[in-house]
Amino acid sequence: MGNYYINGIGCVSAQDSSDNELGLQNFVALTENVAPLQKPDYKKYIKPTMIRRMSVGVKMGVVASSMALQEANVEVPEAIITGSGMGCLRDSEKFLKNIIDNEEQFLTPTAFIQSTHNTVGGQIALGLACKAYNVTYVHDATSFETSLIDGMMILDEGEQNVLVGGVDEIGNHTTELHKLIDRVKKEETLKNSLLNSKTKGSIYSEGSQFFVLEDKKKGNCYAQLLDVTIYNKLSKNEVTQKLEAFLMDNNLTISDIDVVVLGLNGEVDYDAYYTTLQNTLLVNTTQVYYKHFSGEYNTASAFGMWTACTLLKSQKVPGNIQLNDIQPTSIKNVVLYNQYRGENHSFVLLKSC
Amino acid sequence: MGKGVAITGMGIISSIGNTVEENYQSLLQKTPGISKIEGISTIHKDHIKVGEIKISNEDLSDLLNLPSSNNYSRTALLAEIAAKEALKSAGITDVNSCNTGLISATSVGGMDLTEKYFYSLFEEEKNRKYIESHSAGNSSTKIANSLGITGFVSTISTACSSAANSIMLGARMIKAGKLDRVIVGGADCLSKFTINGFKTLMILSETNCKPFDANRTGLNLGEAAAFLVLESDACVKADNKKVLGYVSGYANANDAFHQTASSVDGEGATLAMKKALKVAGLCSGDIDYINAHGTATENNDASESQAIRRVFGDNLPKVSSTKAYTGHTLAAAAAIEAVYSVMALQNNLVFPNLNFETPIKETNIIPETELLQKDLHHVLSNSFGFGGNCSTLIFSKE
Repeated sequence: MGNYYINGIGCVSAQDSSDNELGLQNFVALTENVAPLQKPDYKKYIKPTMIRRMSVGVKMGVVASSMALQEANVEVPEAIITGSGMGCLRDSEKFLKNIIDNEEQFLTPTAFIQSTHNTVGGQIALGLACKAYNVTYVHDATSFETSLIDGMMILDEGEQNVLVGGVDEIGNHTTELHKLIDRVKKEETLKNSLLNSKTKGSIYSEGSQFFVLEDKKKGNCYAQLLDVTIYNKLSKNEVTQKLEAFLMDNNLTISDIDVVVLGLNGEVDYDAYYTTLQNTLLVNTTQVYYKHFSGEYNTASAFGMWTACTLLKSQKVPGNIQLNDIQPTSIKNVVLYNQYRGENHSFVLLKSC
Repeated sequence: MGKGVAITGMGIISSIGNTVEENYQSLLQKTPGISKIEGISTIHKDHIKVGEIKISNEDLSDLLNLPSSNNYSRTALLAEIAAKEALKSAGITDVNSCNTGLISATSVGGMDLTEKYFYSLFEEEKNRKYIESHSAGNSSTKIANSLGITGFVSTISTACSSAANSIMLGARMIKAGKLDRVIVGGADCLSKFTINGFKTLMILSETNCKPFDANRTGLNLGEAAAFLVLESDACVKADNKKVLGYVSGYANANDAFHQTASSVDGEGATLAMKKALKVAGLCSGDIDYINAHGTATENNDASESQAIRRVFGDNLPKVSSTKAYTGHTLAAAAAIEAVYSVMALQNNLVFPNLNFETPIKETNIIPETELLQKDLHHVLSNSFGFGGNCSTLIFSKE
């Protein structure tokens, strides 16, 4: 196992997250049950003629990846790995709706061409003329974490850097369907804060976060990525045991952890996965969350990692993400835990650099 | 680079058979599985031919002993049948006897259900169970839960090279010691979405497809699922396992040319083949047979031919595409062709490239058109997809 340094990060989200140094300081908790993207300044990163042609997912991915590459001073990465639970959802919906509404007639290929899950990764490669390894993971809530695991292996295999990120779009039809099965909260419940809503579902949003992992530390290093592990299924009791085992694999115990970043999303039936930990193993650890700012999407945990990176670099925990009163004296080790509806659990371990 | 990663089990369902043995017999007997479409109501039914598995979802569910209330997509049904055969053939009764993962691949996912119930989901509550079946990851989760895999489970979607990348990730994770055993492969069912998508690109053939033929007419879409069981040397040794073959080389490269079209000079494909040879520690002369991507589209076969010439020059191994048997099964294609590559190694056979008559002038690649008995040591398999995604796998006997 080698070293994996996060030397550049980029975030596009429902917040104005264009300034990595500011971090989450000025973020405002989302109040809509479906929160749209805060459009970044596309012109800074994409040619005007391309802005119109690119789908939102591609634009988000290009902006977030450009930010990360620029910060790390990497022109063309040696691998591009993308996580995207739903892929290019809007183009998929558009093409499918056209098929159904027009009874398979008068179709044009554009939406189909852009609908494949790996469009974002492919378009980033095309823009950078990057002929390197390029893979897209599409496994629901662990799409991003699988990408991280692959990225670490790519560095172990001898590459010097890798671009790893997540991207997911809101699709209106899919959102409407997900409202039917209580994946999205009903509007009225949002009068309460996300975690006190005591209702089913979460708030939906979209975004993209990219990271440059390198085998060497650079001046603007945010954190060192130590380890990532995922589980298809865990019971609430197993989570504690698996987290302890994960830390032990890295020669750490919970007392070594300064901040824990939790994927709480206000799902009344499933937040207990986190609260069980909060009330036991993590009771003396600084606890933070982020989905009140990012909303829920398959790769929202990448926003969690972006959050962790900003904490590690600034050595500050903003009050607007804190879940308890414990202030760390310094921030050295940070662990992230995320799951969605009891499936696809992930642990990520970061260290200051 | 040392030995490859051992393959200890295989499972497959395609339009030429529901098991490994049935697929093998169809390959031997030159029996293609290309027909008119029956399971999907489409206005294109008289103008396309497909590699369709002629078993209904209800019958597939029964084969798997699923309750009638299940919400499996056809992709998930096919995947579970192939994954179960693979585990059985590897002689695995307790999937958790060592650290086991699952890596699947799909491009269609549960699109077959979403397109069927697109609007009715709002009115009819009984079909809402299908909403969560849409995502690509859902079919993998279903198989993992059914097989009892609780640890590493993931899904890859890189269009038509997806399963090659899942096999590659599995092999790399075993080499890195992250898993002891991993079930790798892919599945895709036919759907209106893909039929119409490829139709708008004008690359669907009205007749049986003719890979590598100068007068090729486009591809036949197909549906299939295939999985392989990969195990670490320690697992193989501990259980005294029979090894069917090895994954010895793998690589992915990007053509970085166009979202859907392959470059004229086959740059991405050339890079993938060269890198895979390097990982396997082989030179081009060591390859005995290329199971080509060979979709029979104008663009792919021209580009892939160029790439093959760039890597192998005048010293061509035997070449064939088995797409004329199965159709192009998209995200499953590399997995079914991995099974065929291992079968080729096991039986020292090159499977024929059906329907070929006239070589492409520029590259003059003449694929094998008859079943050929030949001592095989290393088989190279190509798979390329949208987004410039080019993958090569190399399978070796020892």
